Amino acid sequence: MKQYKHLIKPYIIWAAALIVVPLIMIVLYAFTEEGNSVLTFSFTLENFAKFAESTYVNVIVKSFRLGIFTTVLCLLLGYPLAFIISRCSEKSQAFLILLVTIPEWINMLLRTYAWMNLLSDNGIINNLLEMLGMKPVSMMYTDFSVIVGLVCNFMPFMIIPIYTSLSKMDKSLIEAAYDLGANRFQTFRKVIWKLSIPGVLNGIMMVFLLSVSTFVIPKLLGGGQYMLIGNLIETQFISVGDWNFGSAISMILAVIIILFMRLMKKMDTQEE
Amino acid sequence: MKNKLIELKDLTKNFDDQQVLRGINLDIYENEFLTLLGPSGCGKTTTLRIIAGFEEPSSGEVLFNGIEISKLPPYKREINTVFQKYALFPHLNVEDNIAFGLNLKKVDKSVIAQKVGRMLKMVGLEGFEKRDVTLLSGGQQQRVAIARALVNEPKVLLLDEPLGALDAKIRKNMQSELKKIQREVGITFIYVTHDQEEALSMSDTVVVMNNGEIQQIGSPTDIYNEPENRFVAGFIGESNIIEGHMLQDFLVEWDGFRFECVDKGFPENEEIEVVLRPEDLDIVSPDKAQITGKVISVTFKGVHYEILVETEYRTYMVHTTDYAEVGRKVGLSLGPEDIHVMWKMGAY
Amino acid sequence: MGMSRVKKNPRFAGFYLGLMFFIMYLPIAVVVVFSFNESKLPVAFTGFSTIWYEKLFQNDAMLEALVNSLILGCLSTFISAVIGTMGAVGLSKIRWRSKGAMEYLSILPLMIPEIILGMVLMAFFYMLGLPFGMLTLLIGHTIFCVPYILMEVKARLSGMDPALEEAARDLGATSFRAFLDITLPLCMPAVLSGSLLAFAMSMDDVVITIFINGPRVSTLPVKVYTQIKTGVTPEINALCTIMLGVTLLVLGASALVKRINKTGENADEKQAH
Repeated sequence: MKQYKHLIKPYIIWAAALIVVPLIMIVLYAFTEEGNSVLTFSFTLENFAKFAESTYVNVIVKSFRLGIFTTVLCLLLGYPLAFIISRCSEKSQAFLILLVTIPEWINMLLRTYAWMNLLSDNGIINNLLEMLGMKPVSMMYTDFSVIVGLVCNFMPFMIIPIYTSLSKMDKSLIEAAYDLGANRFQTFRKVIWKLSIPGVLNGIMMVFLLSVSTFVIPKLLGGGQYMLIGNLIETQFISVGDWNFGSAISMILAVIIILFMRLMKKMDTQEE
Repeated sequence: MKNKLIELKDLTKNFDDQQVLRGINLDIYENEFLTLLGPSGCGKTTTLRIIAGFEEPSSGEVLFNGIEISKLPPYKREINTVFQKYALFPHLNVEDNIAFGLNLKKVDKSVIAQKVGRMLKMVGLEGFEKRDVTLLSGGQQQRVAIARALVNEPKVLLLDEPLGALDAKIRKNMQSELKKIQREVGITFIYVTHDQEEALSMSDTVVVMNNGEIQQIGSPTDIYNEPENRFVAGFIGESNIIEGHMLQDFLVEWDGFRFECVDKGFPENEEIEVVLRPEDLDIVSPDKAQITGKVISVTFKGVHYEILVETEYRTYMVHTTDYAEVGRKVGLSLGPEDIHVMWKMGAY
Repeated sequence: MGMSRVKKNPRFAGFYLGLMFFIMYLPIAVVVVFSFNESKLPVAFTGFSTIWYEKLFQNDAMLEALVNSLILGCLSTFISAVIGTMGAVGLSKIRWRSKGAMEYLSILPLMIPEIILGMVLMAFFYMLGLPFGMLTLLIGHTIFCVPYILMEVKARLSGMDPALEEAARDLGATSFRAFLDITLPLCMPAVLSGSLLAFAMSMDDVVITIFINGPRVSTLPVKVYTQIKTGVTPEINALCTIMLGVTLLVLGASALVKRINKTGENADEKQAH
């Protein structure tokens, strides 16, 4: 039994060398001067100061707004779906949940690309409109197309945790609420909704994290000019080559995410 | 008597800050059916695991045939275990489970087949060789677990609450079967249980444990009839436990009554406790007994009535086949051999 | 939207379900249908044809990317299976105070946004002076594949009765034999299903790969990404349909493994009763 403990050692070395060390490096990059040689250690806050420029502030605000909007939309559309599924017979529940998860297994690019087919100026929807005698609408490369792509891609991450908390719920609790004189609306508000809150918070956390850090979907559905934090990081690293600034941006993104997770955790424990 | 096989000497065991064994001394003999009995957390399973080699004692010695083995890994001990939930290997069939130990010893295939067959016959599972162990009933899994341990011909078989997971009826059957198997193979069985009835009906020797200490070692009759302290009396069967004084040898006193008894060797006027088993008390008419009182409750228990009699000082529980209606004035009669005097807890 | 409307009006519930699934599956259906379209424009279905599949298989760059993806997927899955299983077994045995931190670290690569992980690795490999290419890809993919296998194996181990291993040692097996004969075979289904998951993730990854692939090596998803950035082509429809088919196959295989896994777990439960 004791020998197995040694199995952890190569794992620890691996994890430390390839996860912990690189993460520390990025922090170093963010606080050092341009010139990509981190090891000279000339510290500066310039990389963060750059953020005062309105273009960058706008990018952050836009990413945030888009993330929140996507999350809210996923919640509004996903909760009823999870709720309906949780009311179905056990067999159809398993089947419906499989239906929800299958798209998640298909390459994200593929799903996004499929929307390009539908939404482009001479795409399927516009052709249908034309056949119906209506004017074509330009949908690609707008906020609309990006949001459609984000919502469709991340919806399962909202549905699954909500469904899990709803289906785990003891059905007799609902009966007890009726028994104690609550009507259907009160039962939903005071029992079902309350008990599903951990799932809801989980879903919100996942969808927000994914949508605030995304860059492939906005690039494909929003076009090359569409700038979110993710795209900004990519450009800084791959096109511009300013790794210090890129690292600073990702640190800001990481801080946003950590703060958000803290908030969610706090809400979760308050509920309990 | 027979030869000593295992000796536990001043065994202690600490988990973190908690002391689960506080100096266990115990001799275990050849061919003995010994039961470690006690409530959960009393240290009985830890004692068993130290004998098996899954735990090392914090201090003390484990002697096997006079040789210290407490540092020896389990696979080097001539001891095998039947686990609480059987621990059958789910990816192996019945035959491969039983042959597991023999295969490790590189025993000849034909010998293995022969031995496995003999074991299956002994536990009444002939023809089950190729069955999937996960599809067997609880009782059948239990038998496979016993066969898997015994096929290695150990000197000692350890059984950790092996009947706990079975329902009442199968449990009764398995009790007598285990006893039969023990006689057949003629080795030492060390059995752990919290079920006093199981312990009393199967064992040659019962070891009552509580709080990491041995409370009493004795034959089932001794343990039942002559409990050494309040814990043993309370744990084994139902009883009336009364505080009193030992006036002199063969004379005990409580509530102002004096009774002849069969106990001796206590200091004069020693504060002691008396155990009266409910079935030893008889209900008689009030003029024929020292203790008198009023019936306050009668409950039918199938074979007997459980009658509570309230006296001036306390309430007695009586098990009797005679009926007495609530409110009746009765007397309680008892003979010298019905009184079991024991040391007060703490003085022990 | 409460249970009131759902209960009173099952038709509404059915309609809502239907609508949502229609929206979810419509784009996928469009891709599959138009991959067999004669016309180049994804506008109307003009006639059945397999021309785009033929064109796809004549596209050498695409085939090379596919081969790269397969090699990368297999190698990184294999290495991850070894590291992940060791890590899971180790984690299940240690009782250190830092165990919680270790467990957190073990799933960290899945918690960090992909883009940050990609960027971090790019900077790291650059500093080490590793040439960007297959080697950096292999390391990078292994980093995010390990947690999938580790989590599956750890879950399996924690559901396993510790008495099984003790039983083996009791019957005469050394710790090592007990591990080999009992623990490892019982973990194997979890290793397999974790590996399938890891393989799928490796075959799927764009974000991290873009950062660390270097100029010469391309994987299939990266190739697709660069192509569709420039617009819609039916060749990609065909490729996507094939990828869809393969994904569903892998999914089916993993479901099968899960089922085998499950019967094992059920058996454990049954024993417990």
